[in-house]
Amino acid sequence: MTEVASEAVPKLPRGVRLRRDEVRNEWLLLAPERVLKPDAIAVAVLERCDGVRTVAAIVDDLAAAYAAPRETIETDVKAMLADLANKRVLDLG
Amino acid sequence: MNDMTVPNPASATRVAPPAPLGMLAELTHRCPLSCPYCSNPVDLEKRSVELDTETWKRVFSEAAAMGVLHLHLSGGEPTARKDIVELTAHAVKVGLYTNLITSGIGVTREKLQELADAGLDHVQLSIQDALPDNADRIAGLKGAHEKKRVLAGHVLELGLPLTINAVIHRANIENIEALVHMALEFGARRVEIAHSQYYGWALENRNMLMPTREQVMKAADTVERLREELEGKLVIDAVVPDYYARRPKPCVGGWGRQSLNVTPQGKVLPCHAAETIPHLVFDYVTEKSLSEIWEHGSAFEAYRGTSWMKEPCTSCPRKEIDFGGCRCQALAITGDPANADPACSLSPYHAKITSLALKAADSGKSDYIYRSFGGAKGGPRVEITRSNSSGADLPPN
Repeated sequence: MTEVASEAVPKLPRGVRLRRDEVRNEWLLLAPERVLKPDAIAVAVLERCDGVRTVAAIVDDLAAAYAAPRETIETDVKAMLADLANKRVLDLG
Repeated sequence: MNDMTVPNPASATRVAPPAPLGMLAELTHRCPLSCPYCSNPVDLEKRSVELDTETWKRVFSEAAAMGVLHLHLSGGEPTARKDIVELTAHAVKVGLYTNLITSGIGVTREKLQELADAGLDHVQLSIQDALPDNADRIAGLKGAHEKKRVLAGHVLELGLPLTINAVIHRANIENIEALVHMALEFGARRVEIAHSQYYGWALENRNMLMPTREQVMKAADTVERLREELEGKLVIDAVVPDYYARRPKPCVGGWGRQSLNVTPQGKVLPCHAAETIPHLVFDYVTEKSLSEIWEHGSAFEAYRGTSWMKEPCTSCPRKEIDFGGCRCQALAITGDPANADPACSLSPYHAKITSLALKAADSGKSDYIYRSFGGAKGGPRVEITRSNSSGADLPPN
């Protein structure tokens, strides 16, 4: 399993698009031959994967936005990013 | 042989089918390669009947509006269309995820740059084998493999994501590991190890393409091992060979359920091979809107859902999982498209498909009927000199 460092700068690579599907009324992550359906929390994480912010900064931001314990968020976010990186739909820069 | 089942007309209580996820646009059937496993129909559509630019653009707009997510720009060789950049730009503009499915032949760096600038999302490049001489022999074009290598370089330089697609059959099945490593070397993030499916030209060439059961089993183990070894580096998607299977594939994710094809002249099909089913009537995008065809077209209604099924499908707990397999294969081998796909071990025809596979694998033939305009009998044959300089273990001529 990929280890995600706090200093990593995650980014959706070209060929992977997060978009709102107005026909189905949901968020989708489109990748080659794949349609992934992120839930609301996953969308919040993915929207922050802009190739500028570090994982640590994303976690700080989410902890503040959702008033949730930082440690829990860090574990969840890193697990999610590792999973997406393994699927080659996220670059960890 | 069973009687052909003519499916029931749509009932008054029908609900609209969910929107398709993907659309395959066969922009043209023209192609510089002549691969004997091509999924295009044996009767290829000529340039003179191809849809014009404005019609394709309208079809893409309609596709996006009805909920299509992925647009596969395919063919033939899609870049043989002079308007490929304009079509791609339009598809991007209306919000479709654009995937260019290319042979890589005749695609210049400049053309690829224009496509990248137009917003192309992804490139899928076919390769025929890891051994260049054998790859060229399969493609029916000398020097093809090297051109693909060059194109893959351009794709990477331009920052486009690359998938390598390799159709697997008897002449390259022993080279799967080398093919996967070649995909990595080409810079792909994803590779498709797609065992040949026997429709169109591949059905014509079944005796020349079918691997042995042992080769298929070994190939499955190899893919499984490589998936583990390369996790996080390369996604390996496999299209499994079904002649030796026990359960059928959920063909196209269920008939009229997830995807549709549009042919060069605008005929709308539920799958590549649907035209082989003689009683189906297809609609054209030049006569009706895409959503009308998807929702009400008689060819789509024919095998949508499960009400058309017969035993052993009707009472099968997997009927919503594999949808009875493939209608075209059921027709080709059992004579009735409403029968269970004979790849299923519950089909009374299962022994027949196994015996066809064993016989084809044992035929020892390698004289391909190359894909060409004019059908399987009339086209030119491309002779490629056999060469063993690469150490390739080529099948006997």
